[in-house]
Amino acid sequence: MFGLDKKDTSLLLIVAALVALAPIILNPFPEGSALAQFNAGYPDLMQRFVIFGIFAIGFNILFGLTGYLSFGHAAFLGAGSYAGMWMMKLLTINVIPAIIFSTIIAGVISLAIGWISLRRSGIYFSILTLAFAQMAFALAASVLTPITGGETGLQTNLNDPRVLPSFLGGGASADGNIPKPSLFGIEMSASFELPVGSWVWTFNWGYYICAVMMLLAFYLAIRVFRSPFGLMLKAVKSNQQRMNYTGLNTRPYMLACFVISGMYAGLAGGLMAAMDPQVGAERMQWTASGEVVLMTILGGVGTLIGPVLGAGLIKYFENIFSKINDNLLHQWFSFLPDGLENFMVTIIHPFIGKGWHLTLGLMFMGIVIFLPGGLVEGGQRIKAMFKGKKAEKATKTTPAE
Amino acid sequence: MSKSTLSRRGVLKSGAVAGAGLAVPTIFTGSSVSAFTNDPTGSSVTLGFNVPQTGPYADEGADELRAYELAVEHLNGGGDGGMMNTFSSKALEGAGILGKKVEFVTGDTQTKPDAARASARSMIEKDGAVMITGGSSSGVAVAVQALCQEAGIIFMAGLTHSNDTTGKDKKANGFRHFFNSYMSGAALAPILADRYGKDRKAYHLTADYNWGYTTEEAVRTSTEAMGWETVAAVKTPLAQTDFSSYVAPVLNSGADVLVLNHYGGNMVNSLTSAVQFGLRAAEANGKNFEIVVPLYSRLMARGAGKNVAGIFGSTNWHWSLENVGGAKYAGTNAFVQSFGQKYGFPPSQAAHTVYCQTLLYADAVQRAGSFNPCAVAEALEGYEFDGLGNGPTLYRAEDHQCFKDVLVVKGKENPENEFDLLEIVDVTPVEQVSYDASIFGGELGSCNPGA
Repeated sequence: MFGLDKKDTSLLLIVAALVALAPIILNPFPEGSALAQFNAGYPDLMQRFVIFGIFAIGFNILFGLTGYLSFGHAAFLGAGSYAGMWMMKLLTINVIPAIIFSTIIAGVISLAIGWISLRRSGIYFSILTLAFAQMAFALAASVLTPITGGETGLQTNLNDPRVLPSFLGGGASADGNIPKPSLFGIEMSASFELPVGSWVWTFNWGYYICAVMMLLAFYLAIRVFRSPFGLMLKAVKSNQQRMNYTGLNTRPYMLACFVISGMYAGLAGGLMAAMDPQVGAERMQWTASGEVVLMTILGGVGTLIGPVLGAGLIKYFENIFSKINDNLLHQWFSFLPDGLENFMVTIIHPFIGKGWHLTLGLMFMGIVIFLPGGLVEGGQRIKAMFKGKKAEKATKTTPAE
Repeated sequence: MSKSTLSRRGVLKSGAVAGAGLAVPTIFTGSSVSAFTNDPTGSSVTLGFNVPQTGPYADEGADELRAYELAVEHLNGGGDGGMMNTFSSKALEGAGILGKKVEFVTGDTQTKPDAARASARSMIEKDGAVMITGGSSSGVAVAVQALCQEAGIIFMAGLTHSNDTTGKDKKANGFRHFFNSYMSGAALAPILADRYGKDRKAYHLTADYNWGYTTEEAVRTSTEAMGWETVAAVKTPLAQTDFSSYVAPVLNSGADVLVLNHYGGNMVNSLTSAVQFGLRAAEANGKNFEIVVPLYSRLMARGAGKNVAGIFGSTNWHWSLENVGGAKYAGTNAFVQSFGQKYGFPPSQAAHTVYCQTLLYADAVQRAGSFNPCAVAEALEGYEFDGLGNGPTLYRAEDHQCFKDVLVVKGKENPENEFDLLEIVDVTPVEQVSYDASIFGGELGSCNPGA
């Protein structure tokens, strides 16, 4: 189906099902229970999951297929966000022009940066992209303040022009407030709450729009992975020198790959602006570039689903663990005697709240050491454990030809 | 692409799946019905405290969090009541807000607008917070304020000093108790002219971001009105840690005053650098060379150590204010005492402003009789109060900015302990620091109750 083989189709369908049911799956604990703290099924975080999923999928097309480690992808994310914001300020509050334009702008910028950076490979390439991203960050934070809003960032305002006619989302809103990003009148922040028993499931419009974009992006990534073009990129990864000796010029392929990857980042940036109309320069900082590297490695480099899982995991930690405070810990351990309670809280304290980086770091180390293939490898091992014998049989019955 | 199998069956199958996928979201249209966002229906109400717990302003954030916890304790009737006893409004009775117990959630802004908004959104969407407060930088305050406006939540700004928060970026749902750059300039200029003379030449080093610009502008305008001349204004990158290359040319520039429009770690480093270059001991144009730091905080003074001795600056509040300025500033001692009792040291100005903001919000809800943001905003607009440590204060309706006296302080020559670093030189009365609400542009818009 969709021009995919059976295995890829089922992967796509599983991802689609997970994404569609995310508001339910991510809210496993009843409202008001002590564990409700760990629920992640609220619109903002779900939107982040899929948006950073897109970002990581795009990054993986470059890093996973060619092995070129870009440390400057945040520049494309930020450029996409700024471009999207300007569309929403100048043209219309409708998100479609924002999403399209952000992807195009990121593509153009990645073409320029890629054209220069791809003259080198390995560590030199990484450093070049890092330098460009830092340059972009510095420009956005100060020199380009009229365009980027500098440190305060860019927001939609009451007196933005929005020149398109009002049925396309132009003009000002009727109630004297800043119009919210919408899709033909449906606001991105609009959601529908469904209480079932003691659970509350929130189905949010913006999330589903991001989710559809993510599925499209995921599908496109599968096609790229399985195409002759993808094969060429994998060949670059295994031995670029040999490719060159056979008389093949790999640069056009690399550049195309870099631009595709940059456009994914731009799309993610545009969606971020569309979901939450505020862009700050720190979105371009090197830490943001590093984050997507972590996401990809954590999930599994070169795998299709890995980057999405990695993105989800990091965003989950950032948003859920950073919000646990000592008060909550005291509540959780209140069943213990006083001394023991305080002891437990003291032990766990460095790992929660502002210490979420520490928890994430430890987990990252654990995964890199014990599961070099990331979460995907973990999944495969568990799967193998369950059908250990079956798998052995299967390999026996299909001898190599 | 690898292959394309366009059979009739394949197309039908694909179409059906795609159609089903597209149809999924359309089932869920419509939104919940309530008069305003996060209407607290249970026996408790949740407030969101969004402060920097990591990053350059983590110290301020930690102190803010302490003050919030204290405020919640007092609102729920615990502790000694702090400034609730001195507050001019007696609507609060220590029984929560409108009889609902006050609970809170915390989040980390990381001093990044993006992270701050993510954290605020999760408080609104997940925890059902009805008010968001906090922040320790203007970029964050402006970003979160816009988010709250959009979501239909009241935002009570924490430590934010840029003119923009209640100037060009003001919002109907946002309120600021802290003073701003304009007030700093207006408060400092007369004192500087008085101490240093009216024919000074100033050299500005300005942090290269929004707050730096507005502060430089404010100080320049008000000192130039006093007769000073500005020799040069140089922007320094926000991430700069070594300022020697910026300080080196100052002495030969013909200037005799250095104005450091820096905050936090920037100020600590640039001031240290300036002192190391011997600027304090130098003479220029036949006068003693002087250094000015427009926005002071105790936490910064602690970082800069002995270098702050004798250097002028402005601040929103200081724990010794009632002892120095008298009973007009009632509330200060009550707050310092209950804060000190709980944590063992005096509060910073960041702690003071967020404590006030929490009380002011609770009081406004109590007086309005509703948590509806529009009702709360109406109760706060044009509200005059006293007894929160700053003397008589007005929450101006036109821009949601508090107007109160501004303190001019100077680094102590011989501090007795690590909290006693600043000494109050003068208190500039509110009339001198007031301005017309329209000078910064921007539109308040109309209040948004959300939902």
